[in-house]
Amino acid sequence: MAEAKPKPKLQKEAVQMPKQKPEVRRHNFVEVAIGYSEEQALAEANRCLQCPKPKCVSGCPVEVEIPAFIKFIREGNYDASVKKVKEKNSLPAVCGRVCPQEEQCQKQCVVGKAGDPISIGRLERFVADWERQRGIDPPKKPAPTGRKVAIIGAGPAGVTAAADLAKLGHEVVMFEALHLPGGVLMYGIPEFRLPKSIVQAEIDYVKKLGVEVRVDSLVGRTYTIPELMKKGFDAVFVGTGAGLPMFMKIPGENLGGVYSANEFLIRVNLMKSYEFPNYDTPIRIGKHVAVIGGGNVAMDSARCALRLGAEEVCIVYRRSREEMPARLEEIENAEEEGIVCKFLANPVRFIGDEKGWVKAMECICMELGPPDESGRRRPVPIKGSEFVMDIDSAIVAIGRTPNPIIQRTTEGLQVTKYGTIVADENGKTSIECVYAGGDIVTGEATVISAMGAGKKAARAIHEYLMKKPK
Amino acid sequence: MPEIVSLRELAPKIKLFEVKAPEISDKAKPGQFIIMVTEEKGERIPLTIADIDSEKGTISFVFNEVGKTTKQLGHFKKGDIIPNVLGPLGTPSEIKNFGRVLCVAGGVMIGPMLLQVRALCQAGNRVTTVIGARIKKLLFFEDEMKTASHKFYVATDDGSEGYSGLGFLKDVVSKEKFDRCVAMGPVVMMKSVCEYTKPVGIPTVVTLMPIMVDGMGMCGACRVTVGGETKFGCVDGPEFNGHLVDFDELTKRQRMFLPEERLSSLLWEKVGGEVFG
Repeated sequence: MAEAKPKPKLQKEAVQMPKQKPEVRRHNFVEVAIGYSEEQALAEANRCLQCPKPKCVSGCPVEVEIPAFIKFIREGNYDASVKKVKEKNSLPAVCGRVCPQEEQCQKQCVVGKAGDPISIGRLERFVADWERQRGIDPPKKPAPTGRKVAIIGAGPAGVTAAADLAKLGHEVVMFEALHLPGGVLMYGIPEFRLPKSIVQAEIDYVKKLGVEVRVDSLVGRTYTIPELMKKGFDAVFVGTGAGLPMFMKIPGENLGGVYSANEFLIRVNLMKSYEFPNYDTPIRIGKHVAVIGGGNVAMDSARCALRLGAEEVCIVYRRSREEMPARLEEIENAEEEGIVCKFLANPVRFIGDEKGWVKAMECICMELGPPDESGRRRPVPIKGSEFVMDIDSAIVAIGRTPNPIIQRTTEGLQVTKYGTIVADENGKTSIECVYAGGDIVTGEATVISAMGAGKKAARAIHEYLMKKPK
Repeated sequence: MPEIVSLRELAPKIKLFEVKAPEISDKAKPGQFIIMVTEEKGERIPLTIADIDSEKGTISFVFNEVGKTTKQLGHFKKGDIIPNVLGPLGTPSEIKNFGRVLCVAGGVMIGPMLLQVRALCQAGNRVTTVIGARIKKLLFFEDEMKTASHKFYVATDDGSEGYSGLGFLKDVVSKEKFDRCVAMGPVVMMKSVCEYTKPVGIPTVVTLMPIMVDGMGMCGACRVTVGGETKFGCVDGPEFNGHLVDFDELTKRQRMFLPEERLSSLLWEKVGGEVFG
């Protein structure tokens, strides 16, 4: 359809996202970004050029028809807009918040060449939030195919695969080891970046598609994959993620007050220890907190620590700002809130008090040498540059490795030396009916790439099931 | 749903619950544990499995009403449902014919030890069992242990029943030959058992229950130092070579949240108990 393009001159600047002020938000767990109003959403949607051959779509791991959903916003038809998004993405309220759009759809946006790219993520969030406030329409149930699929892990990859397979008429059971579904969306990403009520609403939508969710079910322990097959499942999707914490293996790391980022975030996000003693799970961080690492998990940990009442939170990173893997937006948010970054420093030991609680951290200064295998310049310690920081707690956020239980309990499943499951681009593993996707295949990555993998695997599983004789 | 099908008060504030959980009982082996959550705002607590009945589809566990969650659990009645029970977790105990095995259990861990003793006997071992508690009235399973074991001793800290303290073990391990020792109970108890078995070279396994959150290797709250290496209690354990465990570090780590635990417990006694019934 040759809809008239908005001829008026290009609006180079994006409509800014209203946010809680830093001095206010650093004391609460309420969402930082408030979301576009209708006027703001309309103004931003009007900036879109509605390219006939949209580049943005190619940047989206789940292939959302971006210009089409933005066009519906312009027309004020939010219902049609959100339905357009949901054709491809079952978790729009989540993706609108936590996708690194600047690396994906928005990176491809043509408007971005002359000014700010269209704020696709913010618009996605706008329509998803609009729908949730109105009440989510129950999806149409397709004719059953009589095929049964087990999804292992209710994180971003698993939920996406489950939703897509249910939409195709398969019977889907999703097994989750924790007591709440959502995976990293629930235990990892903090409330102020992704409210848990939103994750819950998205999971509820997936349940309405007919997906059965079984919590407290650790596949590999409670059941194994071969046992699930015997119980009548025709295919399995493994989306168990990268959930094992890495430590630095330095002296004093087992002192009290030294947490893995996973422990810290599980306590704070999943167990809501920021509401202790109203909630039972405690957390103690004291006044001076050091966070070790430079990724999004380090940013999340630092910002949680601040909100728990720390006076000073210092991120200690062994490379420089340029090499930080965290999203720029998250680094900016953290710095606005008063979090300090100490670059080119690396802990060498923790020092404890008589009760076994950490009281200081000794670090060594680093300098950047030639690039390593990651392409980033390798940090090298500078001899004699040790210094000591007084701290009350430390959070080690240096990465996570794949959960090993499925690999250990599934005979014939091919695994890499890094512990990830070997799968082709469609998620097919070395076992015929077993598919895998997300961090368990790629190692620690993003929510949306896991969702993309879940989507591709769902398509491949569907093809496999429809060909498989009953 | 994990429904409580039977319960018994074994000693003051020590209770045994038998819970319907066919998926868990199908798989559970001695030495494994479960994690449970008692309410929406609750914490995740680990409890060692004390009995498995795969025909009935039930598992049992023993707990002591010491903290907020266990006190609350103590209010549960027959027919009640525990909202969340996950398991079986951890690596099962090594059960085979070792020869002569010395089993030493204290406190609530006497519960899981009975399962262990029975399994060891079934595997052809000659089992000497020692159970202990602070005082006489906190002892339980005396008859069951006596029947299950080849030789049986009782000890209490104050000497109100059996031997006074574990000092007599020095005699036992020097006079008799043992091929293995299994110790389950409070950290101080396991530590002192290891002090008796190490000089005479009896391989000793201890069951560690450090603080845990997820219980499946994700958080690392349960890390313990064994032979100079960091291990996770939940997935690498819960059983470890007792002669290599850093018990002092473990004790300190178990006390990490003592002030918070006391506060929770106190609040529960003042307010929660009444609300809950």
